[in-house]
Amino acid sequence: MDPLRTLWETFFDGDSMREALPEMLTVGLPNTLILAASAALLGSVLGMLLAVAGISRTRWLRWPARVYTDVFRGLPAAATILLIGVGLAPLGMEVWGPNPYPLGVLALSLIAAAYLGEIFRAGILSVEAAQLEGARALGFSWGESMRLVIIPQGVRRVLPAWVNQLIALIKDSSLVYFLGLLASQRELFRIGQDYAANTGNQSALLLAGLFYLLLTVPLTHAVNWLDRRLRQGRPTAPPEPEPDLAPAGVTPTGREPR
Amino acid sequence: MSTSTATSVSLAVRDVHLAFGAHRVLRGADLDVARGGTACVIGPSGSGKSTLLRTINRLIEPDRGDVLLDGRSVLRDDPDALRQRIGMVFQQFNLFPHLSVLRNVTLALRKLKKLGEDEAVALARAQLDLVGLAAKADARPAQLSGGQQQRVAIARALALRPQVMLFDEATSALDPELVKGVLAVMADLAAAGMTMVVVTHEMGFARTVADTVAFMDAGVVLEAGPPAAVFEAPEHPRLRRFLSQVL
Repeated sequence: MDPLRTLWETFFDGDSMREALPEMLTVGLPNTLILAASAALLGSVLGMLLAVAGISRTRWLRWPARVYTDVFRGLPAAATILLIGVGLAPLGMEVWGPNPYPLGVLALSLIAAAYLGEIFRAGILSVEAAQLEGARALGFSWGESMRLVIIPQGVRRVLPAWVNQLIALIKDSSLVYFLGLLASQRELFRIGQDYAANTGNQSALLLAGLFYLLLTVPLTHAVNWLDRRLRQGRPTAPPEPEPDLAPAGVTPTGREPR
Repeated sequence: MSTSTATSVSLAVRDVHLAFGAHRVLRGADLDVARGGTACVIGPSGSGKSTLLRTINRLIEPDRGDVLLDGRSVLRDDPDALRQRIGMVFQQFNLFPHLSVLRNVTLALRKLKKLGEDEAVALARAQLDLVGLAAKADARPAQLSGGQQQRVAIARALALRPQVMLFDEATSALDPELVKGVLAVMADLAAAGMTMVVVTHEMGFARTVADTVAFMDAGVVLEAGPPAAVFEAPEHPRLRRFLSQVL
């Protein structure tokens, strides 16, 4: 048999893809999006807390943040998901019953938080010390200065890296299949895998891959666009250095210094 | 400029010491500014002028000595509350680049003075109008010239109705043609009765606007007095040498 033909039939079988498509669209895609979006949200909040703890002057905040980041960034995502999913299952059982889905979200969030924390921390540290001094001189406390002045600027500078992390999160969401989800909870990858296992044809898995590309490639380009815009500024607002006129009503004569 | 003059206070710095590790930046600095008066602090780079300014609003805490407003020590006050009473303007403006000019001014009004949106905006626009920049309210700081940015920074500080204003080389980062507009705003403020401490290299400004000129060297105020005395009849040899270099 022609090996090329075998390859084609194994991965590009239209009937197998058509068979998997409805479930991919109605079950897999929503679940992948829910997993990735909720983990992005929770991970960003936790990551910001880690970032602020990481630059705190208090050792008891800085150290735990450091250790957390090292551990969750250093472990393989699959290991963390299993550890959380299995390790916290008894706890989850008491809170919401035998449902591994929330633990999957939690595990993904904890992993994302470690990476996002480092991204946010780098952004915050990149803001000039003069900004903090300017805010403190107005009477803002350290915390208010961080929240109102430093963090908004720092986050803006690392938005491209933040989106990159979201892309990684979308892909990592496929790993929650380890936890044994209900049929209605399966995400794209798991559905592809199930069809592949049942039919012996890998085309559904390839279809899942196409879905991932459909989600991540636009984001990749969004990163590039965002990066360009943050570097060059908004095209509609060009800097307009102007001749500096003395304010109205001020006559420079008389008390004007030499 | 007829704002923020109602509650000016007198200011005194008494024997302030400060060391960064082994480096003794301030070695017993003294300064007196009468209510509504303007003190210009001059001196060579590294003499501790900017550091002295920062001990007044406690951006840097002195190791020893005292800072008094209307005769009362401020060292036990809540530093954040103290800084609302003392406006400060920096060499590099320190405007917030992610906010519009208007938001730069309203931020502290809304978050610290707890003013409502409408009230804060009205007050900010009035303050911007006084420095001639009402038309730039919606611009970002980066779209303004250095002189305009510095005037926004002054408006931002004045909007909080401070009792004292500190200027840290406010015109040193400006192109020569932009210096005048900023100095004019500062001179107006002094004439309106604001208590001010002005660290500056603008000897002309010190001579014409200041009530007191204080010469700092190596962390102490070596000589202080009315501009005529300091500039025309300097006593200390180091002041004479400094003046011969800058005038």
